[in-house]
Amino acid sequence: MPGASRALFCSVLHNQSLTHSGGLVASHPTERQDHGLDPAQTAWQQRLEALLGEGCRAGADLVEVFLERTDHIGVLAEQDTITSVSPAFAMGAGIRVFSNQRDGFVSTNDLSDAGLLRALDQALGMLNLERHAAASLGSFEGLRPLRDFGLEKQGWLVQAPDLSSSTALLLQGTDLLQRHGQHLDVRRGSYSRDWQEVLVAASDGTFARDIRLHQSSGLSVLAADGQHRASIGRRYGSTDRPDDLKTWDVDASAAEVCASAATMLYADYVDGGQMPVVLANRFGGVIFHEACGHLLETTQLERGTSPFAGMVDQTIANPAVTAIDEGLSAGAFGSIAMDDEGMESQRTVLIENGVLKRFLSDRAGEMRTGHQRTGSGRRQNHGFAAASRMRNTYIAAGPHRPEELISSIDRGLYCKSMGGGSVGATGQFNFSVEEAYLIENGQLGQAVKGATLIGEAKEVMPRISMCADDLDLAAGYCGSVSGSIFVTVGQPHIKVDSITVGGR
Amino acid sequence: MSGTNSTAPQALNVSDLRDQLDGMAHREGIHKWDLGASRSSNATVQVDRGEAKQLKASQRSSITVRVWNAAGLVGITSTTDLSPSGLERALIGARDASQFGNANDIPGFSPLAMAPTPELNRPLQPALGIQKLLSTLKHAEKDLLGQHQAIETVPYNGLSEGSSERIYLNSDGAVRQVQRTQASLYLYARAEEMGRKPRSGGAIRVALGSEGLDVQGCVDEAAQRTMSHLNYQPIDTGRYLVCFTPEAFLDLLGAFSSLMNARAILDGVSLSDADSIGSRLAVPFLSLHDNGLHPGHVGAAPFDGEGTPTQRLRLIHNGLLESFLHSEATARHFGVEPTGHAGLGAKVSVGPDWFEVSTSEGTTSGTTHLHHSSSLDTFVLIESLNALHAGVKASQGSFSLPFDGWLVRDGEKISVESATVAGDIRQVLSGIVHLEPDAKVTHQGVSPHVWVDGLAITGEA
Repeated sequence: MPGASRALFCSVLHNQSLTHSGGLVASHPTERQDHGLDPAQTAWQQRLEALLGEGCRAGADLVEVFLERTDHIGVLAEQDTITSVSPAFAMGAGIRVFSNQRDGFVSTNDLSDAGLLRALDQALGMLNLERHAAASLGSFEGLRPLRDFGLEKQGWLVQAPDLSSSTALLLQGTDLLQRHGQHLDVRRGSYSRDWQEVLVAASDGTFARDIRLHQSSGLSVLAADGQHRASIGRRYGSTDRPDDLKTWDVDASAAEVCASAATMLYADYVDGGQMPVVLANRFGGVIFHEACGHLLETTQLERGTSPFAGMVDQTIANPAVTAIDEGLSAGAFGSIAMDDEGMESQRTVLIENGVLKRFLSDRAGEMRTGHQRTGSGRRQNHGFAAASRMRNTYIAAGPHRPEELISSIDRGLYCKSMGGGSVGATGQFNFSVEEAYLIENGQLGQAVKGATLIGEAKEVMPRISMCADDLDLAAGYCGSVSGSIFVTVGQPHIKVDSITVGGR
Repeated sequence: MSGTNSTAPQALNVSDLRDQLDGMAHREGIHKWDLGASRSSNATVQVDRGEAKQLKASQRSSITVRVWNAAGLVGITSTTDLSPSGLERALIGARDASQFGNANDIPGFSPLAMAPTPELNRPLQPALGIQKLLSTLKHAEKDLLGQHQAIETVPYNGLSEGSSERIYLNSDGAVRQVQRTQASLYLYARAEEMGRKPRSGGAIRVALGSEGLDVQGCVDEAAQRTMSHLNYQPIDTGRYLVCFTPEAFLDLLGAFSSLMNARAILDGVSLSDADSIGSRLAVPFLSLHDNGLHPGHVGAAPFDGEGTPTQRLRLIHNGLLESFLHSEATARHFGVEPTGHAGLGAKVSVGPDWFEVSTSEGTTSGTTHLHHSSSLDTFVLIESLNALHAGVKASQGSFSLPFDGWLVRDGEKISVESATVAGDIRQVLSGIVHLEPDAKVTHQGVSPHVWVDGLAITGEA
């Protein structure tokens, strides 16, 4: 939909990852024995060099090709039955041409030579460029030696759980929900596995390949008793851990979901107003993701929608706040060995003691805003041009214990579990709260539901006045200009001195 | 398709596809299958202060194959690979997945998959090409920037045109095929005055082709909306008489469409149940149809994912729930015919097409003095609801949503700085005090302005 690109839509999974242990499962039913995009086993290097050469001869400043293959499984269990098994596989290419800081991007499912040339011609044509067989290659000197981040990951698709084991675990999960819960009208378990092989080649010599594996599982319930209803869910996500699902503590997850449902089933709706809040660690990090993280992407600088433009080395947040975005945490949902432009991932300090230090930048961002690339060029798939996006983003731990934050508030709200959120063109952000408790005289009080927190980025960052010492991460999905990507949010418990709590 | 359509995809060869599937299925011992396929081609431009920002084009194809195994269980696989090897892999993948099919809820072919489909008057439009799109959008942006000195940028903008094709085939011989073209324009401006917060507003237009887009109307509406938010104030928290614009009310209704969704009812996640037909869901003067055939529905298709013909379906009549939206399987469960609202999937989804909200024939609200542009009552006019993905709990009936809008007092409109509206959809539907007489055709449905009393607004004042 056209309006969909107006705002950035994000949702949050719970926990950084599933714990993992050794052990393999049977082979995947749709796995084929082929060499995919591996240049060592295929003619892709020659084909890509020829294609990039054609683009350079046409006068492009830079040509980039992103190839991918994907293999997805989605499984749903409802009550005591597997109700959906959805395998899908895909392949495609995204070709991007730059000329005078403008770019044309074409995506296609047709990976034949003719199909790729047609896409290149279309991208060139957008910039009023045409191929000329006799023209010079410009600065293109061929691709550098392959940086193969996928070499050690060849077997991951086969090592990931097969349908027998994933369906069995989900049914165990819905059974455990039944054992732990009361008044449950609906019990659901779900699992998704996304395998992706990517090959990136660009006329600046970039040549890199990676294999990624994202797994997510979750449990949810709908509890109902008379007019009281509560829907509660928890999802967990991991990256690059093929055997992670095997040691998922599904019993603990079921118990947590049911305990939350039991509490929230009879909770009253929160009274809205301005008040101090404490946001729990892990998925509480959605506040930084929405209120600030998106606005530190060069994509937002290019649009002119970041209130933090031109403020590097200036104070934009409370000195209690240090914030980091990185792609390196082992197993975290937003970790990437390389970004979707072939650049190795890194750790980027965004804010240090309240002072803005860096923006997240991709190739186009560097070209148009001058901010150096940070390995943050990401996209959902070949249908999107890469853009500067977050990876694992979190507020660093502070000196306080979580109880100190709560005890510092006479009357406010403790937000234990967060839902999705978004940020708009003016920097106004919002996110929903799934499970909350009133704070009265420094103590946690009754559970309340139906809260939505809203605010302005520039106003709320200085109000994050206390950070606790219990930093933890949570997995989520983030939707924005380059599609929906895997991310991690995180923080310790934090206190926001005042924010608008929408309620009844 | 017109020969001038530079982005037109190569049409799907239906008989080829069917012959291939037939042959492969025969070899694999598969006797019952169906397939949904699509192919699309699209071009989009975005601009930034007079320059091309990004130009994009895509060619996409996909198929979804369903297979019934010897035990009658169903499996599915989707792919973008329409080559013979891709088709074969999908067919075999679907057969493998059928081992995990749900024996308690087995979908079948729609009994209407070979029934006549409605004629849609949607002539295919030629594509103008990306350079023409770029030129049009540059002019639109310039025009919008020139409408008020406070409008500094149009950070979210896009003009796109495309063509698509969708088919449905099954092993009983059903063949459905439709081709469409569509164009869309969106402009969201950002305005900022000295010492004040930035404000934004926007507009969307859709049409069958780029030449049919009301570009000037989109520019004017985006400018008017943006400027109308420059004078803003915080609002006191409290309960207000609220008027939803057609767009906002359709958004809210769509977010709670599970009330009328047979799949959601069978899954236990709807507030309705199997006995809800005939019960009161809204005030007596409200009626609701789902009409995928409405002339204003640019993306209309004559059949759904299971090949069932699209139709105009009365869902609420005089406030009473009259029908549910159905797929083949849910219809069979309820003993009715499918309604043309199915998607093709391992678990067939059901969803609305195009809502039409109207005043029930022969009824009035009794509060006909209310009008969003002339009423002297104090009320909140909600222009758009935000973050529906996060702030709506459809299975609970509750919502708590940020919104853009105005506090209207004595006819004067003051933009609301930052606020949320919260409530329960059942209370909203039963608390409607007025539907204005003039319905508006939006890009997502048809509705008049809808008035509801006593909704909770939380503001910063």
